[in-house]
Formats: sequence, structure tokens, C-alpha cells
Amino acid sequence: MLNHRFLCRNEDLKEMLESNKESLKLEAMKRIVGLIAKGKNASELFPAVVKNVASKNIELKKLVYVYLVRYAEEQQDLALLSISTFQRALKDPNQLIRASALRVLSSIRVPIIVPIMMLAIKEAATDLSPYVRKTAAHAIQKLYSLDPDQKEHLIEVIEKLLKDKSTLVAGSVVMAFEEVCPDRIDLIHKNYRKLCNLLVDVEEWGQVVIIHMLTRYARTQFVSPWREDAMFDENNEKAFYDSEEERKVEQTKPYIMDPDHRLLLRNTKPLLQSRNTAVVMAVSQLYWHLAPKHELSIITKSLVRLLRSHREVQYVVLQNIATMSIQRKGMFEPFMKSFYVRSTDATHIKTLKLEILTNLANEANISTILREFQTYVKSQDKAFAAATIQAIGRCATNISEVTDTCLNGLVLLLSNRDETVVAESVVVIKKLLQTQPSQHSDIIKHMAKLFDNITVPMARASILWLMGEYCEHVPKIAPDVLRKMAKTFTNEEDIVKLQIVNLAAKLYLTNSKQTKLLTQYILNLGKYDQNYDIRDRTRFIRQLIVPNEKSGALSKYARRILMAPKPAPVLQSAFKDRDRFQLGTLSHTLNSQASGYLELSDWPAVAPDQSVRNVEVVEPKFYSDSEEEEEEEEEGSSSEGSSSSSSEESVSESESEENSDDSNKSSSSQSEKSSSESDSEKKKKTLKNKKLQQQKPDILIITYLPPQIMQKTLLLIIMTKYILIHIVLSISTQFFVNCMCSLLHLCVFLACQFDVVSWHVHVSLQASSPVFVPETSHELLHRMTGKGLSAQYRFTRQPCIYGNSMVSLQLTLSNSSDQALENIHISEKSSTGQNIHRFNAIGERHTTKEDEFSVSIQPAVGELLLPITMSEADFTKEQGNTNTSYWHADETPTNRPIHFSVCISRFAGKTVSSGSLVLVSVALKDPDAVITINTEKTVIGSMLLRQFKTALTNSCP
Amino acid sequence: MIHSLFLINNAGDLFLEKHWKSVISRSICDYFFEAREKAVEPDNVPPVIRSPHHYLINIYREKIFFVSVIQTEVPPLFVIEFLHRVAETFQDYFGECSETTIKDNVVIVYELLEEMLDNGFPLATESNILKELIRPPTILRSMVNTITGSSNVGETLPTGQLSSIPWRRAGVKYTNNEAYFDVVEEIDAILDKSGTTVFAEIQGVIDACVKLSGMPDLSLSFMNPRLLDDVSFHPCVRYKRWESERVISFIPPDGNFQLMSYHISAQNLVAIPIYVKQNISFFETGSSGRLDITVGPKQTMGKTVECLVVTVHMPKVVLSANLNATQGTYNYDPVTKILLWDIGKLNPQKLPNLKGSLSLQSGAPKPEESPSLNIDLKIQQLAISGLKVNRLDMYGEKYKPFKGVKYVTKAGKFQVRT
Repeated sequence: MLNHRFLCRNEDLKEMLESNKESLKLEAMKRIVGLIAKGKNASELFPAVVKNVASKNIELKKLVYVYLVRYAEEQQDLALLSISTFQRALKDPNQLIRASALRVLSSIRVPIIVPIMMLAIKEAATDLSPYVRKTAAHAIQKLYSLDPDQKEHLIEVIEKLLKDKSTLVAGSVVMAFEEVCPDRIDLIHKNYRKLCNLLVDVEEWGQVVIIHMLTRYARTQFVSPWREDAMFDENNEKAFYDSEEERKVEQTKPYIMDPDHRLLLRNTKPLLQSRNTAVVMAVSQLYWHLAPKHELSIITKSLVRLLRSHREVQYVVLQNIATMSIQRKGMFEPFMKSFYVRSTDATHIKTLKLEILTNLANEANISTILREFQTYVKSQDKAFAAATIQAIGRCATNISEVTDTCLNGLVLLLSNRDETVVAESVVVIKKLLQTQPSQHSDIIKHMAKLFDNITVPMARASILWLMGEYCEHVPKIAPDVLRKMAKTFTNEEDIVKLQIVNLAAKLYLTNSKQTKLLTQYILNLGKYDQNYDIRDRTRFIRQLIVPNEKSGALSKYARRILMAPKPAPVLQSAFKDRDRFQLGTLSHTLNSQASGYLELSDWPAVAPDQSVRNVEVVEPKFYSDSEEEEEEEEEGSSSEGSSSSSSEESVSESESEENSDDSNKSSSSQSEKSSSESDSEKKKKTLKNKKLQQQKPDILIITYLPPQIMQKTLLLIIMTKYILIHIVLSISTQFFVNCMCSLLHLCVFLACQFDVVSWHVHVSLQASSPVFVPETSHELLHRMTGKGLSAQYRFTRQPCIYGNSMVSLQLTLSNSSDQALENIHISEKSSTGQNIHRFNAIGERHTTKEDEFSVSIQPAVGELLLPITMSEADFTKEQGNTNTSYWHADETPTNRPIHFSVCISRFAGKTVSSGSLVLVSVALKDPDAVITINTEKTVIGSMLLRQFKTALTNSCP
Repeated sequence: MIHSLFLINNAGDLFLEKHWKSVISRSICDYFFEAREKAVEPDNVPPVIRSPHHYLINIYREKIFFVSVIQTEVPPLFVIEFLHRVAETFQDYFGECSETTIKDNVVIVYELLEEMLDNGFPLATESNILKELIRPPTILRSMVNTITGSSNVGETLPTGQLSSIPWRRAGVKYTNNEAYFDVVEEIDAILDKSGTTVFAEIQGVIDACVKLSGMPDLSLSFMNPRLLDDVSFHPCVRYKRWESERVISFIPPDGNFQLMSYHISAQNLVAIPIYVKQNISFFETGSSGRLDITVGPKQTMGKTVECLVVTVHMPKVVLSANLNATQGTYNYDPVTKILLWDIGKLNPQKLPNLKGSLSLQSGAPKPEESPSLNIDLKIQQLAISGLKVNRLDMYGEKYKPFKGVKYVTKAGKFQVRT
């Protein structure tokens, strides 16, 4: 019946999946996913589901993927139907689709498609999108677990991906490395420094994996930093010296840390501040295993901080601290109070804290700790109280000064109402007394007195054992106890019975006069006990101690056998030898080797070759090296688009102007404003070490940056046409926001043209030089986004040397990372289809893009205009002439005329690209202003107007 | 790494399973159930459980066990941290992380789990990225979706995923640009019977709610950064700036996040805002006891103590309590043995007092242990450590944001021993 109903339901799902309606299909898939989540079997729907794998609906598709991954293993033949869809999707222009296709393809675990997977992985590993490459790294592990025979090929892919400079890929590929070929340490050499440097920017999960891998790597490649410190080390020196001999060797040759070793320690340190507890733990274990001992203390605070985190985190961290605190008490001693137990802690947390407190105990702090322990003993959690008593016992044996105090305290606990507490106390006292029995006969007497009230078998057995062992110290009491026990023998627990037999035997040997009969009585009782252990023991003891004709040689030695001095038990931490496992690992937590655990090797005695980590740095070609060729090309370009050839020539001149920096450039431009003709030649500046070139009108840039020099400036020539297209495409709010600030500058910039009666060519409008060049530069690329590379741009408002229809732009690139950045260029894949030409690029054969950042230049409208001078009459005439006049009047409240005493301010300009006239007049009629803009370019007109409005409004007080 | 995940409720029902590699039978959870039974209290379940071929790493949160199955060596904290991140994501998406919400949104849960892990290795855990991939459910959207058939799933790769600031999505736009910071300090303290401080320290966090357009670059500075003993930051904070200038400089994630947490250790003197006078005693005979608790202000820096709650875990033999509170209400739960006294605002003129008798199980011996008191309190407009935000500056964007800083002091693990 049930089965039938289930089938029916699936029938109806099948129908929904086969319908034409997307929404029905989606609904069906959602219900199927619900079934999978509950662990119900939905495998017979496979044929119906797999049909939808090529669906256009992305959510439906994703759910089908979920289903496929879950059931493909069971339905391999049908799963093959979907493969071609994925193969197609692998070529999709959308990186998310490429990546998810690879994810599913590699997850379906059908052995027959291994070759297809291999091919897809190889292809994806060279994909332009780092996200797809990351997916490829994940796919490596999946393929490896499906078919380990592919190992060799996969290692090749791993090798390739390890070279990847994207932070996105780093964590995943190291994970693949750890899974597939953790022993191939040679693959790491060349990437070691890169990984160290990338580490801070890798996502947190990748950090954990990389740090663990680098810990292993460092232990094989560097020599131990510990020997030297051991000199100053307060803790057991022996651990750090293998032999005296080594010490001598070491004294003659001081230890110098490998710079790469230092690099690792330095670059991981900031991660101690991570919010991710796994990262903090990973760095801590790295320091524990790799850092010189005196640098270890920096991890303490961070570990203690983790104790505020979730219960599970506390558990793992406390375990690691427990291991650490055995070897290095000093690390955690100042934070002792952080390990105080709260009544609300879970039991396993409490016992771990107790463990650590015990490890930290020394002569100086033992009294504080014991006082704290007193509170714990009273805890409602009895298991914890018992653990505390054990801890007191450990303190007592470790610190001889307090042994007596502890013993007395424990004896007091014997009168506690709680059985577990008493029992534990007895057991601990027994252990303590064993270390120094002679002085404590009164404690034994006291225990004998309490004996009647103690019911816990283990405690009773312990007391009996003590009596027997030290019966010579309590000659009067012991026989009496035995007498009492003889009465209750049959009602005792087995362990107690065994100890009664023991006690009887020992007393028989030492004090046979008083106890002979009692012993025989007990032995007789034991002989008929139900438990065969006790019967056996009784028989053995009888043969041993009671001399008769059959007894062999053994009975002669009975006394020596039974009364032999016994070694005192050692009370030590359960975490004593945990450090054989790498800290922070699962194996350490479990205290047994987990499968897949990779052991840390010991430090090599002699460091392996350091040079293996050297990466050849291609020396950058300097500007001066290629000057000739440069000039040739520039000459070529000059003929192409520009009318004023004189300006082109000035490029080569200006290249020698070494010291011209931004500031004196702008000042010079201001001084030159009157002589508008001559300045156009001088204006074009280039700063030292910059290169620029233009090959075709549509091509931009070039540039190349020697890494030694951090700051570089470049002049970029950008086709105005391009900027205009760009503006139209990206009229976003951000654009307007950026425009606003440059607006005030624009006002001033245009204002100077007003009323200047100068020569004025009627047809071709002659551009004049700007009065004011703003120093403000705009951010193109932030150094966070650019991984160290930052770029700023600034409009120089200089006529462009490469063409009249272009706008000059000054680009400042700076490198704030500590790595050399190479091969900086503007990508050819820019969305507006502009091409890039790079000069002196290093390693031109490398076509792989290592890091791509998409940036957009957002010029203020005003930057696209050139000021022109014209008379007032011409202005009015032109205003009338413009056939497509864009006119807009707006009333803006303002009560302060800007800069001018006249009521009407007029500004004239032309667009750089097309030379169309732009006329602006601002009429101030207190408190209102009327702005009139005349231009053919309506887009520019409207944007200008909007900015004027904002600027005027903002300038009001 | 992480092989499978099982969600198990407090009653021991397994209500969701998800596998990232081959399917592992749910019978593996028997090892967990065994440990669960042994532990009695859910809090006492060991976080790492071993079975012959697998390892079970679990967390307990919001009355749900998240049990993950591991096959090979992996740092346990890696898994634990991830599981907590999963729980936080659920909370972020559904408002709360409970069995009902997970069951109601099982499809979204599945889609999320699919995105968060690939082959057991975390893929996208930043909530900003996830929200672009899978939109959180709202009533309106789910209605629209059922009608139009449009989906909750994003079609393009979130921009944050590729940038080096994955925590922030591009193109954020707000009409009101605002940034709020809450400095929340918790006092962790243990006071002994006589009221002296055994141990006290301050744990602080700065929670931020930043709703700013574009790519703002913020920097936050303190009047007294030296106070901070140990800090941990959201990945967005530039650590080097902090090292050199003690300024927190960052490009914030969009929306709510925890900017930093800090620690002011016991070395500095910690002001304890209240004192507690208590006397809980049990009589040798008569199966009864007496309780008398008074709370008063100590170092409150002139502010009012609010939301004052005293919790007492009574010994098992206490059957009922007959008390009289001069302020607030009390409640004794005879099952959990928890006495809860909700005082509310602390009035320094008239100190709240709770007094009366306790009745014990007849015939039971007088309880040995004395119960400890847990205190909860809240002080508005005060950071008990004295930490003060000096200024907040914004670079990179042109608008003027609205900024606000709020201070709150709370009791963290505040315990009075008796």
C-alpha cells in the first residue's frame, strides 16, 4: 500500500517534469530535492530529470545538477546522456556557467568519462577566469579519487596551477596538491615565496590549507632554529640537544635563519588576528613547529582569545594548549586565570581547563591554584569534582612543597558526603602515600576509621591495599580491620574481596600470631566464592603462604614476593606525548593517527639547497635602451591623425626634461596662460622613465614599469571618441558623483575666457590654454583591488600631442606591494574594443593574463571641452546660430555671485572630439540663476547643465 | 575534506542530509547517537567522535546538531568553523536557524550548501557573495516567483568573487548613506563569596551596520587604542595600518558585520558595575533552606543598570522555592532546577532583594555544594573599559554619510560563587 502510494506520487512528479511549463518542472524539482534532503530514494525519476539538464531556467538547471550529482553514480548509463550538455557549457562565455559545468561534470563519478574530465580539467586550468581555474583545482581531487591512475597527468596540471598568481586559485590548488601528491615537495620550491606573499590575501579556508602545507615544507627545507635559543631556554635543555657534540658544533657556527624561513614567519603573523579560528590555530601551530622558541609567546594571546568562541572551538583549542603547556609553562602562565572553570562550562571543557591549570602549577602559583581547586571540589558536577581531586594529587606529586598540604586537604575530603569524592580522594591518597609511606601512618589510621562509612568498592579496595602494604606502620589497626572484613566478606564486591585476601596474606606473613585463624577463615570463604578469579587467587595465596609438604620452593620467597617494595605510580598528564602529532590536526585531537595524516619530518641537519626557491626575475628593459626605436614609432604615428606636427616633435624634447614633476608643471602652465601660442609646444611633458606610444589612432598606450622604481607617471593618450562612447555607456550614478567635484574647477577653467577680447578665427575655433589645472587626481584602481598596484589619473588639460581630437590624461601607477610588478599594460579585452599595445613587455610569450582588473575612466564633462576665446558679440551670434540649440533654464537659489561682479557670465568652449561649440551663459538674478547651454551635443549639454546646477547649489553657504 | 552533513534535532531525528562526495549511509550517525546518549546533556557531546572508518565532527547550535562526516586528516577547527558559518548563513537567510525554518526552506538550504562547499572544500562562504548567487527568501519574492516562475538564483558570477575584496559587492547604492557602529562590551568575571574579584576581563566587539554607496574607504580611530590588549579583525581591515598607526582602515562589507573583537585582559583593572550580597543556606534538619540575595550598584559610572537578571542553578534536591522579591519577578523551574529572578532596572535608592525559604526533598541529606549565581545586565551608553571612538573618516566617495556610534555594556560570563 505504502509502496503503491509512493509510486503514485512519483508518477505525478514525472508528469510535472514532462510538462511544458517551466514553473511545474521547477516545482517538481523542488519537491524532488526535498526528497533527497530527507534521504528518500528518488532514483527512478532519473530519466525524467535528466531531460531537463539543458533547461534555460537557471534555478531548474541547478536543481537538476544537484540531482545528477546525487544519483549519477547509480545510473551511469543514463547519466551519460547529460555529458554533451556539459561539454557545450564548458565553452560558454559566462564564467559562472563554465565553472558550474565543470563542477558537475567532475562530480558525477562515472568512470567512463574520465578522459573527458581530464580534457576538461586541462582546458579549464588555462581558462582566463580565475574562478574557472579554481574549479579546475577542485576537479583535480575529484578525478583523482575516481581514477588514481591519472595521477601523473594530474600532477602536471597541479604544477601548472601552482604557478597561478591568483589568490582565488592558490588555496584550492594547494588542497589538490595535499590530496594528490603531498610528497612532491619539489613542486613547491619555485612557488614558495609567491605563496608566502599571497597568503594574506587568500580566502580564509585556503589560508588554513596553505599554512599547514608550508609548515611541512619548512620542516624539510630549513635547519632548526631551536638550538641557539636553547641556551636561553629555561625548559629542559635536553630536548633541544641531541648530544653534547652537537652543541659544540653549534657554538662554533652561529645559527642564521634562512630568509625564506623568516619570510614565512613574518607573513603568517598578521593572520593571528584573523576572525577565523581555524586560521589562528593554523598559524599558532606553524609558530609552534617552526619559530624560534623566544618568538613563540606572540601566539599565546590569540589562542586565549579563541577561548571566547563556541564550545567546540574551545574544546579543540584547549586540547592544543594542554599539549603546549606541558612543554612550555611560561607561555600561558600569565593567562592562568583565563582557564578558571565556570559552573556553566561543559564537562569536557572543565576537565581540559583543569588539565591546563595542573600543567601550569608551579611553586609560585600553587597556592592560588589550590584555592581555586577547593571551589571545584564542591562542584555539583561530580565527575568534575573527581577530576579535580586527581589534579590535586598531580600537583602534590609534582611540587613537593605542597604535598603535605594537599594530603591534609584530601584527608578532609574523606568526610565529604559524596561518595565519588571520597572514593576519588582515597584512590589519590593511596597513590600519594605510596611515594612516601613512612611519615603518614596517622593518615592510614584516619582512613581505617572512615572505612565503615565508605561504600564505593574502589575506595574500600584502596584502603585495604594500603593497610596490607603498610601493615607494619599500623600493627594494631590492621588485624582489626581484617576481623571486620571477615564478617562482611561475602557481601563485598569482587575487587574488595581480592584485596581482603591480599590483606590477609600480608598480615599472615608479618603478624601470623594474631591473624592466623582469621586468614584461614577468609581463605576458606574465598575457596567457595562464586567468582573463579577469587577462587584462583585464594588457592594461589594459600599455596604461597601456608607451608605444607606440597608447597614448593616458592613459599620460601612468599614474603619477598608479597611485600616487595612497589614503585610509586607516576601521576602525569594525559597530554604528555601528544606533541608527537602536529598540533591542530585531527590526529592530535584524537591522540591517534587519522588516515591521511602526514607526519612532520624532523629538521634536516644540513639545510638543502636554498637556491631552488629562487625564481629568475627577468631584468626589465629600460626606457633608455629602446629610445631610438621609440622615436621612430612616434614619428610614424604623428603623421596619422594630428594637424599640428610641431607638437609631436616636442615629445622627444621633453623626454630629456628629467626633473619636471607634477607641481612645477602646473605652475608653469599657469604662467603661460597669456602666451597661448608658444605654450602649446612646451606643454607636452613627459616624466622620466615613462614611455608612450601610439601606433594607430585607435590604439592606446603602452607602458612598462621597472619594478625598482615605485612611482611612475605616464601620459596616456586617449581618443576622445572612446571616452564619449564610454560615457554614454556608463552613465551611472557613480559617474555623476565623480563629475560633481570637478565641476567647480570647470567653472573657473571656462570662466577665464569670458570677456577676453582676443583674436578669434571665425571658422576654426582656436583653443586657448587653461588657466587652472586641478591637482586632484582620481582613483582608477585601488591598491586593495589591484593587489598592490594602484593607479590614479588626472586630466592635465594640455592639448594632446597625438591628435587634436584627443584628451590628455596623466596616469600615475604606484606599486605598494613588496613584489615587483611586471608587464603592466592595458588589456586588449576591454569592453569598448580598444586595443593595447605594450612596449618592452617582459616575457612576451606569456600570453596568460595573471591579474586583470577592469577599471573605467570617468571624466567630468568639462574635461572633454577645450576653452576657446571669442568676443561677446560672437558669443551672442553663435548662440543664435546654433541650430540644434539645447536650451534649458533652471532656477537655482543662490545668493552669492560666483567670482564675477557682472550679472551674466559667459563661457565658451568646444568639444575636443568633434570641435562642436559649447556655449554656456549663467545669468545671476539674485537669488536665482539662469543657466543657458547651447550645443549640438545634447548629451553633453544635459550633463553640463546638471553639474552646473549641483555646483551652484553646493556653493551656496 | 567534509564528506557529508547530517542535521539532527534534539530529539534525535535526522531531518536533513547532504553529501558532497559519494553517498555515506545515514547509519554512520549511530556512532553519534551512542555518544549523544552517553553525554546526557547535549552540551557534553564530544565535538569529535571516532568510528572505524570515519570521523564525526559535530557542533550543537540552536538545538540542532550539525554532524559532518570526515574521512581523512583535516584540522578539526576548519570543520567546526565551517559548520558554524553554515549555521550563521541560515540565520542570516531565514532570520533564525531552527529545524522549522530549515525544513520550510529546504530547497534554498540545499542550494546554499551546494554553493558553500565543492568536493568538501569551502567555495563561497561570504554572505555578500552568497546573496548574489542565491537570493534570500522574502514573502513578496516567493509570491512573485510562483506566479512568474522567475528564480532565486543569480545568473552571473558575483563580482566580489573575483576581486580581492570578496566581502563587498560592486554597485551598491543607497539613498541614505549611513554607517552605524555598536561598541558592545561584555564583562567576564568570577566573584567569590565575599564579593572580591577572582577574575575579570572585558571582551568587546564592534558591530557595524554600514549602508554606503559605492566603494567607501573608512577609517576609524580611537581616543585610547592602547587599552586594547588583543584584537581580531574582519578580513576587510588592513592589519598593517593598525600595526603602525592604530587606526582601523577598511573597505566595509555591505550591511551588517562584525568589524573587530577585542580583549582587555585581567591585567587592567576592570570595573565591576554591581555587587551581590547573597546567603543561601540549607538546614541540617527539616529539609529546608534559606535564600537571601541583594543586588546593589558598585561602579556604574553614573549610568543605570538595566535588564538585570539573576540565575541560580539549584542543587537537585531543592523541590520548590517560596520567596519574596521586592522588585521584579522570580520563577523557579523544578525540572531544570533553575531559579530565575528578573529584576529589570536597578534602583540605587531601593535595592532589590529576594528572600525566602527553599524546601528540599524530604529525607535527602543537606546538599554539600553551594549554587553559583549568574548575572545578566545591560548598561546603555557606556563602554565599561572607557574605550572611545575618536572619529570616523570616509575616503573614496564624495557624499557625506551619516555616522553613529553606540556603546553598550553587558554582562558576559558573570558568575558569583557562593
